[in-house]
Amino acid sequence: MSASSAFNDEKGGSSNVGEPEYGHDPASGGIFSSDYKRHDDLKEMLDSNKDSLKLEAMKRIVAMIARGKNASDLFPAVVKNVACKNIEVKKLVYVYLVRYAEEQQDLALLSISTFQRGLKDPNQLIRASALRVLSSIRVTIIVPIMMLAIKEAASDMSPYVRKTAAHAIPKLYSLDPEQKDCLIEVIEKLLADKTTLVAGSVVMAFEEVCPERIDLIHKNYRKLCNLLIDVEEWGQVVIINMLTRYARTQFLNPNMNESLLEEGGGEKAFYGSDNDDDTDDEEDKEEKEKKKTEATAIVKRKPYVMDPDHRLLLRNTKPLLQSRNAAVVMAVAQLYFHLAPKAEVGVIAKALVRLMRSHSEVQYVVLQNVATMSIKRRGMFEPYLKSFYIRSTDPTQIKVLKLEVLTNLANETNISTILREFQTYIKSNDKDFVAATIQAIGRCATNIGEVRDTCLNGLVQLLSNRDELVVAESVVVIKKLLQMQPEQHSDIIKHMAKLTDNIQVPMARASILWLIGEYCEHVPKIAPDVLRKMAKTFTNEEDIVKLQIINLAAKLYLTNSKQTKLLTQYVLNLAKYDQNYDIRDRARFIRQLIVPTDKSGALSKYAKKLFLALKPAPVLESPFKDRDHFQLGSLSHLLNAKAGGYQVLPDWPEAAPDPSVRNVEVPEWTKCSSREKRKEKKADKPFYSDSEGESGPTESADSASDTASGSESGSGSEESGSGSESEESNEESESASEEDEEEEGKKKKKNVEKIKARKPVPESESEPSSGEDVKKSEKKSKPRIGSSESESEEDNDSESESSESEEEESEEESEEETKKKKKTTASKPPSKPPKKENKKEKKEMSLLDFDDFDPAPSPSQVTPLNNFLSSSLVTDLEGLSLTDNVLSPTTIIPSGNLKTYELLHRITGEGLSVEYCFSRQPFSPDPHMVAVKIQFTNSATSEAKSLHVEDAKLQSGMRIKEFPEIEVLPAGETVSVVMGIDFCDSTQAANFQLCTHTRKFFVSIQPPVGELMMPIFMTENEFKKEQGQLMGMNEITEKLTLEEKCQGEHAVVQRVTTAANLSRVPCGSDKECRFAGKTVTSGSLVLVSVVTKEDGAAQLTVNCEKMVIGTMLVKDILQALTQ
Amino acid sequence: MINSLFLINPSGEMFLEKHWKSVVSRSVCDYFLEAKEKALEPEDVPPVIHTPHHYLISIYRDKLFFLSVIQTEVPPLFVIEFLHRVAEMIQDYFGECSETVVKDHMVMVYELLEEMLDNGFPLATESNVLKEMIRPPTILRSVVNTLTGTSNVGDTLLTGQLSTIPWRRAGVRYTNNEAYFDVVEEIDAILDQSGTTVFAEIQGVVEACVKLSGMPDLTLSFMNPRLLDDVSFHPCVRYKLWESERVLSFIPPDGNFTLMTYHVNAQNLVAIPVYVKQSISFFECGSDGRLDVTVGPKQTMGKTVEGVMVTVHLPKTILSINLTATQGSYTYDNGTKLLVWDIGKLNPQKLPNLRGSLSLQAGAPKPEENPSLNIDLKIQQLAISGLKVNRLDMFGEKYKPFKGVKYITKAGKFQVRT
Repeated sequence: MSASSAFNDEKGGSSNVGEPEYGHDPASGGIFSSDYKRHDDLKEMLDSNKDSLKLEAMKRIVAMIARGKNASDLFPAVVKNVACKNIEVKKLVYVYLVRYAEEQQDLALLSISTFQRGLKDPNQLIRASALRVLSSIRVTIIVPIMMLAIKEAASDMSPYVRKTAAHAIPKLYSLDPEQKDCLIEVIEKLLADKTTLVAGSVVMAFEEVCPERIDLIHKNYRKLCNLLIDVEEWGQVVIINMLTRYARTQFLNPNMNESLLEEGGGEKAFYGSDNDDDTDDEEDKEEKEKKKTEATAIVKRKPYVMDPDHRLLLRNTKPLLQSRNAAVVMAVAQLYFHLAPKAEVGVIAKALVRLMRSHSEVQYVVLQNVATMSIKRRGMFEPYLKSFYIRSTDPTQIKVLKLEVLTNLANETNISTILREFQTYIKSNDKDFVAATIQAIGRCATNIGEVRDTCLNGLVQLLSNRDELVVAESVVVIKKLLQMQPEQHSDIIKHMAKLTDNIQVPMARASILWLIGEYCEHVPKIAPDVLRKMAKTFTNEEDIVKLQIINLAAKLYLTNSKQTKLLTQYVLNLAKYDQNYDIRDRARFIRQLIVPTDKSGALSKYAKKLFLALKPAPVLESPFKDRDHFQLGSLSHLLNAKAGGYQVLPDWPEAAPDPSVRNVEVPEWTKCSSREKRKEKKADKPFYSDSEGESGPTESADSASDTASGSESGSGSEESGSGSESEESNEESESASEEDEEEEGKKKKKNVEKIKARKPVPESESEPSSGEDVKKSEKKSKPRIGSSESESEEDNDSESESSESEEEESEEESEEETKKKKKTTASKPPSKPPKKENKKEKKEMSLLDFDDFDPAPSPSQVTPLNNFLSSSLVTDLEGLSLTDNVLSPTTIIPSGNLKTYELLHRITGEGLSVEYCFSRQPFSPDPHMVAVKIQFTNSATSEAKSLHVEDAKLQSGMRIKEFPEIEVLPAGETVSVVMGIDFCDSTQAANFQLCTHTRKFFVSIQPPVGELMMPIFMTENEFKKEQGQLMGMNEITEKLTLEEKCQGEHAVVQRVTTAANLSRVPCGSDKECRFAGKTVTSGSLVLVSVVTKEDGAAQLTVNCEKMVIGTMLVKDILQALTQ
Repeated sequence: MINSLFLINPSGEMFLEKHWKSVVSRSVCDYFLEAKEKALEPEDVPPVIHTPHHYLISIYRDKLFFLSVIQTEVPPLFVIEFLHRVAEMIQDYFGECSETVVKDHMVMVYELLEEMLDNGFPLATESNVLKEMIRPPTILRSVVNTLTGTSNVGDTLLTGQLSTIPWRRAGVRYTNNEAYFDVVEEIDAILDQSGTTVFAEIQGVVEACVKLSGMPDLTLSFMNPRLLDDVSFHPCVRYKLWESERVLSFIPPDGNFTLMTYHVNAQNLVAIPVYVKQSISFFECGSDGRLDVTVGPKQTMGKTVEGVMVTVHLPKTILSINLTATQGSYTYDNGTKLLVWDIGKLNPQKLPNLRGSLSLQAGAPKPEENPSLNIDLKIQQLAISGLKVNRLDMFGEKYKPFKGVKYITKAGKFQVRT
C-alpha cells in the first residue's frame, strides 16, 4: 500500500490508478523532479538535530496530508520525533500520528510510551493533549491502555482534563464496543461533574455510547438544567436535545388537559377557522375520539399540574432563544414544540423568524422545521406572514419551502394577500417555482372554500399561458379542484378539452382525459370527438395517457354507446397489441367487462356502477404533514427518513414516573474541609454566576401560564427561586394541598412527602437546609441558624405565608395559633416531618419565642408584610439562587447569636425585665425602619398590664413605629414584640418611655452601626462596578492582622456578618471576601471587602457614600476581626 | 458527529481535506459534485445530501464549498453553524476567506481545524482561544518566522480554555485603549411596481472592535432600546441585565466581534430612503424593448445617499442592450445577463437616469416577467431606525479608554418588483 502510493506520488499524483483522484499540486511536480528524492530529503531533515529543519519538514508533510496526498511512508521517520522538545514540532507530529497511526499500527506503538508519560505530567494541558492524541490513535491493541487512561483522567483534578476524558469515551467506544459497560461507569461518574466545561462533552458521550440509559440522567437532571446557560454553545445543543427526550419519558403531556376541556369548538377557535376542509375535520374527529377515550381514562385522575422539573427545563432554556448560534435556537425551539403547553409554544416563533435572515443553508433547515410546525400550530407564525414572502433572488429550494409555509398559514383572513403574492410569483422565470406556486394555489383553494372559485378562474387563465409546464401544472390542479364540484364548471371542462390539441405534457393530457371521461354527461358533444382524436394518436402517446384513453373509451361506451361503440372497439384493439403489458391487460379486462357477450360474467351488469361511481375528491395535503413524529431539528426530520443513530422521540407516558428519582443525595457541607473542591466550584461559574438568576424575567410569564393551566398555587411558589427545585416541588404540592385539604391531611401528606424526600435529598438550595435540618436536631439548644441561610428560609416562609394568608384571615385563628402555625411552616425546611417538628416545637417553645423571627406578630400586619416581601422577593431570591454553590459552605455557619442588649433591668423595672435585639429582618410596615425585637419577661409576682410606648424623644428625622400594646403579661411569662425605628442612618439613640399600667420607664435604644444597614444582593461585577464609583473620600482602607482563630474565609465571613448586617457577594478568589448592603433609611450602598494575605495580614476596605457610617463600620469590623 | 471536511472550489477541485475520525474516501464527494452539476447556481445545491452510507452537509460561502461528511444523526444546523464558524475563523485569521488564502496557509488552517474539533465534536471555536494556541500571521511575524524558523504555534501553552471567561484571552495589553462600535442597519424591503411597500423591516447589528487592556467590564446603553423588537447576543452579554434594564453589560472578547444583532419591528414606519421610477417594456411584435430607470432620494433624514447601485438580472432572451446613464456607469455581462448600474452619490437636484433599448433574440417570445431591480445603497452617520447609543461605561480597569460609535445604514435585500 505504502509502496504503491509512493510510486503514485512519484508521478505527481496525476496518473493514479488505485487511489482516488488527487488534485494537482503545482509545487510537487515542478520543483522536485523526483519524489523519492523529496521524501529522502524530508527524512534527512527529520533526522537532523536542528529543530528548524524538523519543523520545516513537518510543515511540508502536514501540507501534503491536508491536500489529501499520501505521506504514510514517512511514518518511521516522523514517529521518532514524538518526544521532540520543540512544542511546534511535537504538535505537528501529533497531527501526523492521528492521521496515519491506524494504517501503521505496529510503528504507532512506539509512540505510546511518550503519551503515557504525558498523562502523568503535572501540567494539566499536557495531560489533556496526551490523552487527546492517545485516544485519537485508532489502534485496537492499546484499548486497555486507553481505558485506563480515560478512567484516570475522569477523576483528574483539572476540569479540562476531565473534558478531554469525556471526548475520549466515544472514540474508545467506536474502536471497541465491548468496553461499553466500563465506559458507562465513566460516563456516570462524569455526569455527576459539576463543571460547565465537562457537561456538554459528557452528554455527547452519553448520546453516542448509551442513549438508552436514560436512568443515568435522573440524578443530574436538575444540575444540567441549571448549568445549561453557562455551557458552551455546542454542548447546549446536545444537552437540550437529550433533555427533550428525557422529558418525554418522565413528565406528563402538558396539553393533556386542554384536549380534555376542548370539546368541539375550543380548538377551532384557537387555531383560526379554516377547518371546513374535510381532512382537518376527519382528523379532528379522530383526534377527538382518541381524546375522549383518553379523557375517560384520565378524567378520574387529578387535574394536570406541571412537574416543577418540567417547568425548570422550560424556564432555563428560554433565554437561549437569544443565542447567536442558530443550532441552539433551533434546539430550544424544538424543545418547546415538543414539550411546552400549547399556550407557551408561541415564544419560539420570533426567534425562528430571526434565523430566516441568516445564511441560506440555515434558512433551508429552519424553513423545513417551520413548515412542519406551521401545520400543527398555525397561529404561532401568522403574525410573521410577511417574513415568508419570496424574493426573486432566493434559491429555488428556499422559495419552495417559503411557499409551503405560506400555504400552511393561509386562512380566510389572509388569503387575499397571499393570493396577491402568489400572482406575482406565477410570473417568475423559475419554472419549478411557478409549478410549485400553482400547486400551492390549488391547496389554498381546497382548504378555503371561499376562494375556490377565484382560484379556479385564475388557474383557468393560466391555461392560456405560453409556457407548457405552467399549463400542465394548472391542468393537474384544476382537475383536482373540479372534482369537488363538477356540475358548475362544464365550460371549464369544455375549455380543457380543447387543450388536448396543444398540451403535450403526458400528466396534463392524462388529467384532461380523465376529466372528460368522468364528466362526459356534462360535455356530451365534445367527449366523443376527443376520443376520436385520441384514437388517432393512440400509438404515439405515453403510457399514462394510453391508460386514460382506454378509460375514456370505456366510460363513453357505457354512457353513449351509440356514438362510440366503434371507436371503443378500435381503441381496445390498438391496446391489445401494445408493447406495455399493463395496457394490454387493461384492454382485455375492460373489453370483458363492458362489451356484452354471451360469456360475459356477472360483473358486466355492474360495469356502469364500477366505472361511473362517485369518486371522492382528492386530498391535497402538505408533504410536511406528520413529519413531526421525528424530533424537529434533527437530520431525520429533514430527510423524512430515519438516519443512523436517530433516537426516537418517545410518546408521553400515561402516568408520570416517580419524580423523586431526580432528587439528589447531598454531601454534608458543614465541615467543608475539601478546599480543593470549593475552589473548583468557584472556578466554574465565577463570571456567569449572575446569569443563573436569569430565569427571573421569565418567571412572570411562567406563573401566568401556570395559572392558566390550573395550578394557581404552583405559580406562587414557582417564583421562589430558580435554583431551589426541591423546595419548589415540595412547596408546590404543599400549597396545592392546602387549598383543598384540611390541616390534618396536609400533615399526613407532608409525612409522605418527607419519606419520599428523605432518602434522596435534593440538590442545590435545599442542600443547606437539609444539612441544617440534621444539624438542628443535633444541637437543639442553638437558638439561631446562620444569618443568610435563615434568610433563605424566611423567604420561603413568607412565600408560603403569602399563599396562606387568605386562609389565615378567614380562619380567624387566635394570634398565638397563627404564629405557631407559621412557625411550623417557617422554622422547618419543607422536607421536614411535621410530627417530629411538633414535638420539637414543644421542647423548643421558649427558644422559639426567644428568637421568633416573625416580624409581624399580629394578623393585621400580615398583609402589608406580604406585599413588601413579594416586592423584594425577587431580588432576595436571585441572591439565593446565585449563592447556592459558592456560598453554601460558608453560610451554613451560624453568624453567632443575635446580640441582645438590656433595655430595662429586672430590678429597675420592678420585676419587668426588657431586652432587645436587632432581628435583622426587614420591618414590614416601613422598609426604612430597623426592626428591633423587644422581649418582655415578667418575673414579678403580679401580672403587668398594658405595656406600651409613650413620649418618644427623638432626634430630628427619626421616627418610631410602636409595637401594639400588650394588654396583659401574666407573671412568669415572656412575650416578644417587634418595633420599628428609623434611625436616619445615625447611631444616635432613640429615647422613649416604656409604660406599664402603673409605671413609666425612660429607656433608650442605641444601634451599633452594623445594624443600620440591610443586606442586598449583588454580583461580583456589580460589586466591582459600584466599588469603582465609591472611590476617594468614600473609601476607607485599613490594614490589620488577623489573629489565628480568625484566619480563613469562614471565620472572616462569620465575624463580618455578625458585626454588620451585610450579605456576602460571590467572588472568584478565596483570598477575598466581599459583602454588600445598604443603609436602611437612605439606601446608600455599603460595600466591604476583606483581602487576606500571608501570615494573617489582611486589608479591610469599606466603601460607603456616608463617610461617618463608613468610618464607624471600619472600626466595628476591625474590632470584630481582631478580637 | 462531523467525520470529515472537504474544501471544494467552484470548479469541483477538493483542495483541502481533514478527517477527525477514520479517513473517508474522497469519492464520497462525487454525490455532491453530481448535485452541483445539476444546480443552476451554486446556491441551489441542496445543503443536505443523502448518500448510501453518509450524509453530506455543505455550505456555500465566499465562492467555496465547505462540505462535511456525517455518518450518524446530528442536528443539521449544528453542522451548518460550525461550518460557518470555520469560514469566519479563516476570514478572521487571514483577512479573507478564499481558495488562495487557504492554499497559502495550508498547514495553519489544518492545525486550526485540528483544534476546532475533537473526534468531530467542537472543542475550541472562540477566536480568542484559538488565537492563543495558534497565532495569526502578521507581516512582522512572518518575517521573523522566516528568519528564525519558528512558526505560529503558540509557544506558551493555552490558558484561555481555563480562564474564567472562555471568550477572552488573559493578559491583554494595549498602549492605546480603544473601543469602537459600529451600528450597522440594513433595510430589507420589497416594493411593488407602483412603489408601495409590500414588506419592509430593519435588521441591525452592532459590530464591536474592542482593544482594551486587562479585564474591562463594559456597559453599553441605548437612548431608545424600546425600538428593538428581537435581539440575539454574543455569549458574553448578560441576558438578565438586558431583560431587566435594557443595557448591554459584558466583558468583551479581545478584537473584533459581533456584539448583538437586532430586528426593528416597524412594519409601516420603515423609512425607505430612495424611490425608483422604472419602466421596462417589451414590444409584442418586434424583438425590441425599452428600459428607463430613475432613482431619487425619498426619506433620507437630510443625509446623502451614497454607493447607490442597481442590479438587474435581465431575461435570458436578451441579445444586447444599448443604454445611456446620466450619472455613473453601467456594466453588462452578456453571459450571465447581469446589468449593474453603479450610480454613486445621489444628487437630489439632478436625478440619475438610465435609459435605452433592449434587443431580444430574433424570434424569441416576449419575456413574461419584467426583471426585478435590486438596489444597493449606503448612508453614513445614520441609523435609519433612529437607534442611538446613549453611553458606554467601563468598569474594572483604571485607564480611560477611547470610545467611538459609528452609524451606517445599508440596503439589505432591497428589491423593487417591476
